Amino acid sequence: MNGAALALRQVAYENRAFWRNPAAAFFTFAFPLLFMLIFNVLFGEGAARFFTPAIIVFGVITATFTNLAMTITIARDEGVLKRIRGTPLPTWAYLAGRIGHAVAIAFLLVVIVAGFGALLYGVPVPWEAVPAMLAVLVVAAVTFSALGLALSGVIPNADAAPAIVNAVVLPALFISNVFFQMSAAPDWLDAVSHVLPTRHFADAMIGLYDVGASGAVPWTEIGVIAAWGVAGVLLALRFFTWEPRR
Amino acid sequence: MVEPAIEVRGLRKSYGALEAVRGIDLRVERGEVFALLGPNGAGKTTTVEILEGHRTRTAGEVSVLGHDPGHHDRAYRERIGIVLQQTGVDEYLTVREVVSMVAGYYPKPRDVDEVIALAGLTEQADRRVRKLSGGQKRRVDLAVALAGDPELLFLDEPTTGFDPSARRQAWETVRGLTELGKTIFLTTHFMDEAQALAHRLAIIADGRIVEVGSADELIGARSHASRVRFRLPEGLSPPEGLGARPQASAPAWELETDSPTRTLSELTAWALAQGTELADLEVRRRSLEDVYLQLTSEATEARAEAGTEAAPAMEVGA
Repeated sequence: MNGAALALRQVAYENRAFWRNPAAAFFTFAFPLLFMLIFNVLFGEGAARFFTPAIIVFGVITATFTNLAMTITIARDEGVLKRIRGTPLPTWAYLAGRIGHAVAIAFLLVVIVAGFGALLYGVPVPWEAVPAMLAVLVVAAVTFSALGLALSGVIPNADAAPAIVNAVVLPALFISNVFFQMSAAPDWLDAVSHVLPTRHFADAMIGLYDVGASGAVPWTEIGVIAAWGVAGVLLALRFFTWEPRR
Repeated sequence: MVEPAIEVRGLRKSYGALEAVRGIDLRVERGEVFALLGPNGAGKTTTVEILEGHRTRTAGEVSVLGHDPGHHDRAYRERIGIVLQQTGVDEYLTVREVVSMVAGYYPKPRDVDEVIALAGLTEQADRRVRKLSGGQKRRVDLAVALAGDPELLFLDEPTTGFDPSARRQAWETVRGLTELGKTIFLTTHFMDEAQALAHRLAIIADGRIVEVGSADELIGARSHASRVRFRLPEGLSPPEGLGARPQASAPAWELETDSPTRTLSELTAWALAQGTELADLEVRRRSLEDVYLQLTSEATEARAEAGTEAAPAMEVGA
C-alpha cells in the first residue's frame, strides 16, 4: 500500500477509536454548542450573528489544535508513537492520518454549529460565501493542526498537557474576537492580537458571515494564517518527538 | 556461508559525558534465540534500541539482516518485529483491529487470526485492548510485533512484571516462534529466562559484553567447581580441611570443590565414622546465576579500581 492509502486507512482507524470514547467525543461537540447557548443568553438578541462564526472558529481550533496537542502527547507518553515508528508505516502517513481525522471532525463541527445557529437563532448560512469559507477553513484547520503537533513537542508529559494547551489557547482566543469583541480593546492589545492566527481566522469567518458580505476570498487573513501554518510545520519538525520526554 | 542476522562491531553510545555502551561486539546467527543478559543500567535497552533503529549510535558498525538500522528505512522495518518494554496501542480498538491495522503496514503480513492465536489471544480477539489484563496487553504487544511476519524479533524484557505462570506461557510462545524459524533477540535480567530460551547469551555489565556463549559454556568456562550442601545435627561440625561454611539456615553447610569425587568420599567417610547422616545432601554445579553475579560484580569492581565512578544506572527510553 502506498503512503496516501495508508494515511486514509489510518484516518478510518482513528475515527473508530474516537467514537468509542463517548465522553471525549461528546464534549468535543457539546462544548462549542454549550458556549453558544450561554453567550446568546448573556448577550441577548442579535449576538448570534457574531457568535455563530466565532463559535465555528472556537470549534475548529478545539478539534485540531487543542485535541491534537493533547492526544498526541498522551499517545507519545503511552508509547504509541514509538511503537508506530518501529513499523514500516511512514511516519508522515501516521501524522497525516491524525491530522486528517482532526480536520474531518472540525468540518463536522462547522456544519453542526452553522446548523445550530440557523435553526435556533435564525442566523442564515451565507451560501454565496461558502467557497471562500471553505478556503479559510481548510487553511486554518491544517495550520492549527500543525501548531498542535509543534506544541506537543514542548509539552513535557501528558499530565501537563491540559494546563499548557489551555494556557496557550485561551488567552489567544480572548483577544481574537472569538469570545469578546475587540472593538473596545486598547490599540496596543489590538496590535498584539493582529499578529495571531486566531484573530485572522475569527475576522475572516465573522466577515464572511456578515450580512451583505461580498463572499470574496479574504486573502490577507488566509495569508497570515498560512504563514503560521508554515511556522507550525517548521516548529513541529524541530520539536516533535516520538518518545516520552523525561 | 549464510550472512548472520545481526553483526555488531565496536558499538558505542554516549549520552553527553556518560558512556552507556562502551564497545560491544556481537554476532547472532539466523534462527537463533540470543539473549542479552544484564542488570538494570548495564546498557541492554540502549543496545537493543540501536539495533531496532530507535536510537542512533555514537560509533561502531551495525548490520542487521544486511541493513544499517541507523538509516531507519522502511525496507528494514518491514523485516523486523519489535516488542518494547511499554505497551503502545490504541486501547479503544479491539485486539483484532489493532493486529489488522498493523498487518496492513507490511508487504507480506501473517494471517491475522493466526497471529492472534500465536499470541494466545483467540478468546480476547474481539475485546477492546483497554479491557484486557496487564499480561494480556503484553501479549497484544507480541501480536503486534508478529503481525508483519518478521524474520527477526526483538523482545525487550518481555516478561518483566509477569507472574510465574504467565512467564512460563510466554516462554512457550517464544519457543513456538523458534520453530517457525524466527531469529529472536531478547534482553532480560532473569537468569532462568535466558537459560530457558536462549541458544546463546551475552552477559553485559557496565556497557561491555563480559562473556558470550551458551549457558553451559558460560558456566563451564569459568570453573568446574561443584557446590556441596548438607545438614548435620546441631553441635556437629564437618572436618576443617574441607572448607565447609555454615549457612544462614543452620545447621546447613556448604562447600565448593574442584574435585567433587574426593571431597564427597572424605565427607561421607567422616559421616559414617561419626555415625551421623548427611541430611539433604546435594551436589550441584555452579549455576548461571553464580557466574552472572561474579562477572557483573567483577566488571563493577574493575571500574571502581580504574578510579572512575561507576556509571549511574541509565536505561534511556526504557
